[in-house]
Amino acid sequence: MKQIAVISGKGGTGKSTLVASLSQIVNNKMTADCDVDAPNLHLLLEEKDQQKWDYSGAKEARINYDLCIKCGICKDVCRFGAITEDIVINNLKCEGCNACVVACPQDAMYLEEVNTGWTSVSTTENGTFAHALLDTGAEGSGKLVTEVRKKIVPFENGEEWLIIDGSPGIGCSVIASITGTDAVIAVTEPTKSGLSDLKRVLDLAKHFSIPAFVCINKFDLNMDITNEMEKYCVEKGFMVVGKIPFDPLIVKALQEYKTPVDTGDQEFIDEINSLWNKVTEYLSQ
Amino acid sequence: MKICISSSGNSMESVMDPRFGRCEFFAIVDTETNETKIIDNAAAKSGGGAGIAAGQLLVDNDIEVLITGNVGPNANDVLKAAQIKIVRGKKVSLNDNVKMFQNKELEIIEETVPSHSGMK
Amino acid sequence: MKIAVLSGKGGTGKTTVSASLKSSIENCQYIDCDVEEPNGGIFLQPEISNVYPVMVKVPEIIKDKCTGCGECAKACQFNSMAVVKGNVLIFPELCHHCGACILACPEDAMIEVERQIGVVETNSDESFMHGKLNVGEPISIPIIAMLKDMVKDDGNVVIDCPPGSSCTVVESVEDCDFCILVTEPTPFGLHDLNIAVELVKKLGLSFGIVLNKASENSKIINEYCDDRNIDILMEIPFSRKIAEAYSKGILPIEADADLKKEFGEMFRKIEGKVLA
Repeated sequence: MKQIAVISGKGGTGKSTLVASLSQIVNNKMTADCDVDAPNLHLLLEEKDQQKWDYSGAKEARINYDLCIKCGICKDVCRFGAITEDIVINNLKCEGCNACVVACPQDAMYLEEVNTGWTSVSTTENGTFAHALLDTGAEGSGKLVTEVRKKIVPFENGEEWLIIDGSPGIGCSVIASITGTDAVIAVTEPTKSGLSDLKRVLDLAKHFSIPAFVCINKFDLNMDITNEMEKYCVEKGFMVVGKIPFDPLIVKALQEYKTPVDTGDQEFIDEINSLWNKVTEYLSQ
Repeated sequence: MKICISSSGNSMESVMDPRFGRCEFFAIVDTETNETKIIDNAAAKSGGGAGIAAGQLLVDNDIEVLITGNVGPNANDVLKAAQIKIVRGKKVSLNDNVKMFQNKELEIIEETVPSHSGMK
Repeated sequence: MKIAVLSGKGGTGKTTVSASLKSSIENCQYIDCDVEEPNGGIFLQPEISNVYPVMVKVPEIIKDKCTGCGECAKACQFNSMAVVKGNVLIFPELCHHCGACILACPEDAMIEVERQIGVVETNSDESFMHGKLNVGEPISIPIIAMLKDMVKDDGNVVIDCPPGSSCTVVESVEDCDFCILVTEPTPFGLHDLNIAVELVKKLGLSFGIVLNKASENSKIINEYCDDRNIDILMEIPFSRKIAEAYSKGILPIEADADLKKEFGEMFRKIEGKVLA
C-alpha cells in the first residue's frame, strides 16, 4: 500500500475538499484525516462500525498535597509558568517536562498520563476511514498524527492507497503527517502569501526526500502569481499536477455538506482524475 | 551474538517493520543459544525522539546487530556510538530475515534517511 | 486594549481581519503570532528595521565532571539525550528547554548554552512585529512568548494568532481583553468555530464573531450564534472582488471604503464591551 499525504502551507487552501473528492474518485483506498487541528473530513462522511481509542498524548505534573510543604521550589524551576503562587498546576501550561518532579525536595510531585483526545477507525461508503480529535487546548498533535496513521494500517485489506489529509503548516504535526509517505501533494492558491507558504512546504518535503507534487486551487484568481508558481515549480523540479478554477459552486456544495463530486461538477471531476493519474503514473515508474 | 529486528507483530513469523523508532515490537535473537524474545517497543509511545529512545533500548539490551528498514540520523548516532551494526532487512518474516542475515544476503546500511526529529 | 484574532482552522480570513482592524484603528500595534506562516506583513507592508534572534537554552556536558550515570536522560521527557558506554549524547532539536536535566545531574556536569530557533522582526516604531520559526524546528512557543513580551502596555494591540486550538494559540491569546473568532459559513467553518469557542470559553475570555465570506447561505453560523447568544460583530460578504484583491495582497478595506467604516465601528463596539 502506498501512502500519499495532501498538505498545504496554510489552512483554507481547499486541502480537505481535495482529499474528500479524491476519496470519492480513487478506488481501492483508505483515508486518514491527520489534520488534527481541524479534522473536518468526517463531516462529509457517514461513519459506521466506529472503533474508538482514548489517546493520552501528554503527561502532566501532579502534586501530592499530603507531602507538599509549599516551599515554592517547583514554581521557581518551572519555565512554562505552569505553577501558580499557591502551588497549583495550570494544566493548560504544563509541558510535563519533569523539572518540578526532579526539583521537589519532598518527593511530592509526579507525572501522570492524561487523556487528551481520541482516535477512531470506521467504515464509510468511501472505504475505511481514520481520524482523531484533540481536546480543546491540548498539545501533542504530532504524536496524534502518528497514532491515526498507526491505527488505520492494521485495517488494510488489499487496498492500494492510503490518502492522508495532512496538517497545515511546517511544524511538528505536518512533519508527522508526511514521514514515511511515498509522495506529497501540496495544495496552494495564487495569493501573495500562497507562494511563500508553498515554498516553505516544498522545502520541507525536499528536506525529507519525499517526491512532492503541486495543485493550484482557484488558479484563475491571479494569473500572475499562478504563472510565477508554475515557473518556480519548473525551476525546482516539482510537477504541477492540477489547476482548479475559482468556482462559487464548490463553496455552495460544501454548504450542503457535499463535495463537488457529489454535485456532479464535471470540470472539477476531470481535473481531479487527471491530477491523480499524473501522481500515480509518476509513482509507478 | 544478539540480533534485534524491528517487527510489525509479536511472533517470529511476523513481517519486519521498516520503521525503526516507531515499530510496535522488537525481536531479539541470540544466535549462540538460538533463544528468541519479543519485547514491546516502549519508545514508540514517545512524543518525540522515538528513534533515540529505541536506540537506547537496544544499547540497554546489549544488541550487536539491528535488522530494520530506515534509521534516522539521531538513532544512527546512538547506534554508531554503541557500535551496533545496522542491516537493511526485507519485508518478509523475522525468521527469514535472520536466515538471510546469517547467509550474508542482507546489505549493511551506511547512509541514513534525513532527520525527522522534532515530532511532538 | 488587546484584541486577539483567531479561528479554529486556517484560511478563514484571520489575517485579513486582523490587518484590516489594525489599519482601521489609530495608534495600533500589530503582532503576527502565526510564526509558522507569518503573512500579515504581505498586507501591511512594514519596513523591517530590527531583527532579533530568538534563542533557547539547551544543555551541554562538561566532560571532565560527567560520570555517565544517566540521570539526565532519565529525567528528560523528550528523549533529547541517550547514554551510551558512559557518554551522554545530546540532541538539541528535541530539547524543550525545561532544565530538568540540569536539575537532575548529581555532578553539576551540565550547563546551558544558547541556540537560535528563529527571529522576531519589527519596524522602527514597533507598530508591526512578527516572528519567524526556522524550517524544521518543532517548537514555536519561545518566539510567541518573545512577541508577547514586546507588546506595548498602553494603546491598542491586534494579535494575529496561529490557526488551530493548541498550545500556540493559548500562548497567543493569553492576557488579551477580547477575542475575535473569524469563521466562514461552511460545515468545516462551523465545526472549527465551535472548537475555537470552546477554547476561549475555557480560558474565560470574552469574544465575538466575524463572519467572513457571508452569503445568503450563512444560516448555519447564524443559527449556531443565536442558540448560544454569541454576538456576530460584523459580516464580510463573499465576493470574487475581495478574493482577487486578497490574492494581490490588497486588504478588502482598501477596495471598499464602507468596509473600513465597519471595521472602525466594530472596534468601538468591542471597546464598549470591554470597558462595560
